[in-house]
Amino acid sequence: MDILYLLIPFSVLLVLGLLALFAWALDRGQFEDLEREGARILLDDAPALDSDQGR
Amino acid sequence: MVTRPAPEQPGPVYDDNAVRLFAIAAIVWGVVGMLVGVFIAAELTWPDIAMGIPWLSYGRIRPLHTNAVIFAFGGCALMATSYYVVQRTCQARLFSAKLAALHFWGYQAVIVLAAITLPLGITRGKEYAELEWPIALLLAVVWVIYAIVFFGTIAIRKVRHIYVANWFYGAFIIAVALLHIVNGAVIPVSLTKSYSAYAGVQDAMVQWWYGHNAVGFFLTAGFLGMMYYFIPKQAERPIYSYRLSIVHFWALIFTYMWAGPHHLHYTALPDWVQSVGMVFSLVLLAPSWGGMINGMMTMSGAWHKLRDDPILKFLIVSLSFYGMSTFEGPMMAIKTVNSLSHYTDWGIAHVHSGALGWVGLISMGSLYYLIPRMFGQVRMYSVKAIELHFWIATVGIVLYIASMWIAGVMEGLMWRAVNPDGTLAYSFVEGVKATFPFYVVRLCGGVLYLGGMLIMAWNVFKTATHAKYAALRIPLVAAYA
Repeated sequence: MDILYLLIPFSVLLVLGLLALFAWALDRGQFEDLEREGARILLDDAPALDSDQGR
Repeated sequence: MVTRPAPEQPGPVYDDNAVRLFAIAAIVWGVVGMLVGVFIAAELTWPDIAMGIPWLSYGRIRPLHTNAVIFAFGGCALMATSYYVVQRTCQARLFSAKLAALHFWGYQAVIVLAAITLPLGITRGKEYAELEWPIALLLAVVWVIYAIVFFGTIAIRKVRHIYVANWFYGAFIIAVALLHIVNGAVIPVSLTKSYSAYAGVQDAMVQWWYGHNAVGFFLTAGFLGMMYYFIPKQAERPIYSYRLSIVHFWALIFTYMWAGPHHLHYTALPDWVQSVGMVFSLVLLAPSWGGMINGMMTMSGAWHKLRDDPILKFLIVSLSFYGMSTFEGPMMAIKTVNSLSHYTDWGIAHVHSGALGWVGLISMGSLYYLIPRMFGQVRMYSVKAIELHFWIATVGIVLYIASMWIAGVMEGLMWRAVNPDGTLAYSFVEGVKATFPFYVVRLCGGVLYLGGMLIMAWNVFKTATHAKYAALRIPLVAAYA
């Protein structure tokens, strides 16, 4: 089963990449105030910026 | 195709040309793909109806059906909705309208090439990866363009938070690219023939690593993106738990990659790899049902809306099929269950409960939401026709799945039945004969489902020809840098 020497390291790399992506999202505040983010798509025309987003 | 009038008020507008084109393409390919499906269902019932014409033989037409419904219908629906959703949730125009148009025409070229080559018998012979290397290469290029437009739009977003639907669409785009490249490794011998770079059981492992992850990321993750946008929008309520939807996303993508070996139970694949595949398949039940319950509970306190709103019926019933098939799948991945179900029509029942029930209904519901808005209308031309489509499609699915369940379990039991002296109780052809009535019922189910799709095509045509192409304004927000 030589193919596992390709597929398993590939999966490990993928998981590490996903962890990095998750860390990025966490670090960038993607998961702060989740309940409001869920409701935001319903506000069709209202400006929907965060109060601190003017940076 | 479309000349847009200048917007009445100044300000940026959404770029919906690609959305319109992909939405119409999804309807057209849906009709074609389901028609081909009905034809091969009839072929299985009455094998002589192809009259010996090689281009119509089951082995060539079946991949045409799967490619047309999954990649042409499902793919175009995903592309239309992803371009719609990413613009709305990011409050930004598409990254590049030209690249989006190139993506559309390139993808249509791949579909047309598939429709020509597969009946001619030009195939790599890998399930769901049949397209020969020149077409596969073209698809890879088109896919990169898709990724540039989608992620480019996210990069220029005006809203800091990336809505969960975009994460699902993004995972679908990246994972399908990776799968396509790894499983697409071939050694070409001519323009129309190539051999896999892997051999024997290695090739089988790569193929089903690809095949099942295609189910996970093309047929699940992408359509979950639709679910997380269009159910809240149509129900006019936020998703039941946005927090759970984030957990759903990360749990699903972290655990999906190794379910593939369950397609190779009791083969030359090492036993422990089969067991790993089974365990990962069982684990998947948790995130899948978390997401299903999350979507369902969005209706809590507003269940009465289901009574009058046929689009919500599509969306919610599709979720119940998602729940059913994501329960059935892990059960069928258990080795002892698999020894009964594998190679029988139970597999066909399972696939179609996912394809007709989940993928089909969620796409139709989302397109019914999207299409009137894309043609400057408030609602579809006929809401009654949506209701009719819903019931015809649902009855069709039930007939299809129930008949294939019965046929599958019957086949499994007949194949394993032995006489007291240890010989097989039935010859294979006796099993084939016994399935005949169920194949007739399955064909009826397929005809109903196709009939529903034809009603949808008529309804969309009427809606689009009454169209006023209003450009939709992007809500004005101060840009952040």
